Amino acid sequence: MWLQHALARFLGTFGAQLLLGVVGVMGYLTFNVLFLIWLERKVAGHIQRRPGPMEVGPHGAWQTVADMLKLLSKQLLTPVAADRFTYLFAPILVFLPTLCVASLIPIADVQTFADMPNGLIVIVALSGVTVISIFMAGWSSNNKYAVLGGMRSVAQVIAYEIPVLLAALSVVLVAQSLDLRVIAAGQKVPYALLQPVAAVIYLIGITAETNRAPFDIPEAESELVGGFHTEYSGMRFAMFFFAEYTNMLVLGALGATLFLGGWKGPLLPGTVWLLLKAYAVIFLMMWARWTFPRLRFDQLMSFAWKLLIPIALLNVAVTALVLGVVR
Amino acid sequence: MTTDLPTTEPLDTYTLNMGPQHPSTHGVLRMLLTLRGEQIVTADAVIGYSHRAHEKMAENRTYAQFLPNTSRQDYLSGMIYNFAWVEAVEKMAGIAVPDRALVARVILSEFNRISSHLLWIGAFLLDLGAPTPFLYCWDDREAILFLLESVTGSRLTYCTGRFGGLSKDLDEDFPRRAREVVAKLKARWDEYDRLIEDNVIFRNRARGVGLLSRDQCLSFGVTGPTLRGSGVAYDVRKAEPYGAYPRFEFDIPTRPEGDVFARYWVRVQEMRQSVRIIEQALEQLPAGPIIAPDSIGVKKRLKLPVGTQYYAVESARGHYGILIVSEGGTEPYRAKFRTPSYPNLAVLSEVLPGNMVADAVAVLGSVDVVMPEIDR
Repeated sequence: MWLQHALARFLGTFGAQLLLGVVGVMGYLTFNVLFLIWLERKVAGHIQRRPGPMEVGPHGAWQTVADMLKLLSKQLLTPVAADRFTYLFAPILVFLPTLCVASLIPIADVQTFADMPNGLIVIVALSGVTVISIFMAGWSSNNKYAVLGGMRSVAQVIAYEIPVLLAALSVVLVAQSLDLRVIAAGQKVPYALLQPVAAVIYLIGITAETNRAPFDIPEAESELVGGFHTEYSGMRFAMFFFAEYTNMLVLGALGATLFLGGWKGPLLPGTVWLLLKAYAVIFLMMWARWTFPRLRFDQLMSFAWKLLIPIALLNVAVTALVLGVVR
Repeated sequence: MTTDLPTTEPLDTYTLNMGPQHPSTHGVLRMLLTLRGEQIVTADAVIGYSHRAHEKMAENRTYAQFLPNTSRQDYLSGMIYNFAWVEAVEKMAGIAVPDRALVARVILSEFNRISSHLLWIGAFLLDLGAPTPFLYCWDDREAILFLLESVTGSRLTYCTGRFGGLSKDLDEDFPRRAREVVAKLKARWDEYDRLIEDNVIFRNRARGVGLLSRDQCLSFGVTGPTLRGSGVAYDVRKAEPYGAYPRFEFDIPTRPEGDVFARYWVRVQEMRQSVRIIEQALEQLPAGPIIAPDSIGVKKRLKLPVGTQYYAVESARGHYGILIVSEGGTEPYRAKFRTPSYPNLAVLSEVLPGNMVADAVAVLGSVDVVMPEIDR
């Protein structure tokens, strides 16, 4: 707080808050990415009966930092035939919507970086933008694998946004609000128990939306080499990684807010509870990734359109019906 | 920039070069795919990136000098290839092999077959996007490699066959260590079944994909687990028994479907049959010399009588044949190797059209090609 007062002298109250907020959020998100990549390697390692990274730092804690430094020092290549502007802009754009969404999630009882009564709608709208940058990356690389990856990504994200939206909608019906703080505060019982179907659909949907296995077909390594980011190197490649893991945290935190009671919990501060719940959701995603094979593209699409969406719609209808009778 | 280039491709299809550098073309295979969207219109395999002229090399060295080359054709079942060359030469020269060596060859070959299949399961699942089984299989395979290393001194490119026996005897402790490895493998079968075979995503990816009919297999000369996955119970070990194989009881697992799942299932069952053979062989392992007392060893030059000799064995990938043409000298006039992966790969240009790109990887993985063995 003393820092805020000191800064306020030069920048004014709003300026100081903005600066601290931006530095805090960006700093935490960077830490989060480094932590999540380390966690992923550890989870993968232990699932595969090996310890994971152990050499750099205690239990390999500095491994991802070292990797980040390595990526920073790498040459940035641009294919000759690439669409230059789009190619360079895509890794920057991929990060922006995620960052905006991060500022909308209530991290504790009273704190949100941007408080909006219709927060959920804004989040859903913004998270759809990510796919545009992925398609930009795939298209502008002028690489057949990248184009295939980009095309798959668009189809996939459109297909899986709908079940996520419908799952959130059934929560909104129960909570009678689009304000995430009201939704979180209103949960005497976590909505995961009241809306188990919606919770499962949400988990499947966000796994697909973050392009993670078993739904990682846009980057399907064994088929498309690197998918949409085949041609990217160095820090530009790292930006896609950054976006993916930040997106995981954001969607995990959103899931925690919608289904697990957000910041609420005994003893520990609210922010810690929110992060714990978010990381629990993320752990589930990692567990799935290191256990299942990848779906085929057409199977993925028919799974979304023929199974998830009808179930989600039915869930919304039943929820509305039950609530109509009860209220 | 690309718009200046003249294009001869029709507008609704495009060509995709899968390989020779690609994560799932298993070495240096290049698949030339013509695609419409994600659907394959034509598929051609381009081979020859790993050509080392093994057949020509055989003409320029003595029979014993060629021994190290054998296991470098198929580095995953090198033991079987090594013994095949040795047995072909023995048959031609009329060298008698002691019982102990014959049984020991079966044990080592079957362990080698299991390790090859284990690697295949891991790599195949990796192609399907599941990285975890790979490391499980690797762990089991490591135990086998360790055991084989203790006998032969090498981990992959074995050169333990000698005309008339083996270079080293199995030590007294070998049966115990072999049984330990077998016990470890057997404890894992059910785990693999639960992790892989029972997985609904795996079943959906593998069932009904890459259909290979019985007639296609036979007309292309497909052999090995790929053929047995299409319902033909052909196994050289049963069809033309060699070595000590007639003494042991084992079945030939087959499945009529001819899809990717059938080929997976056949290999998994084959590992169990190999274990069955190993257990019987360990039981019956006779005492005595490991190499014929009158063996001339590798230093002296062996002369084969004039003639032609064909000798076939069942490698982990199928029917492996050796044709030696001798003019009576210390070197073969001609050596021809019939390697199983070559026809197994050739048939794919008939199977792949109509499938998705993702299936191309699955089908390619399912026939288990080893490129150095095709190119030789």
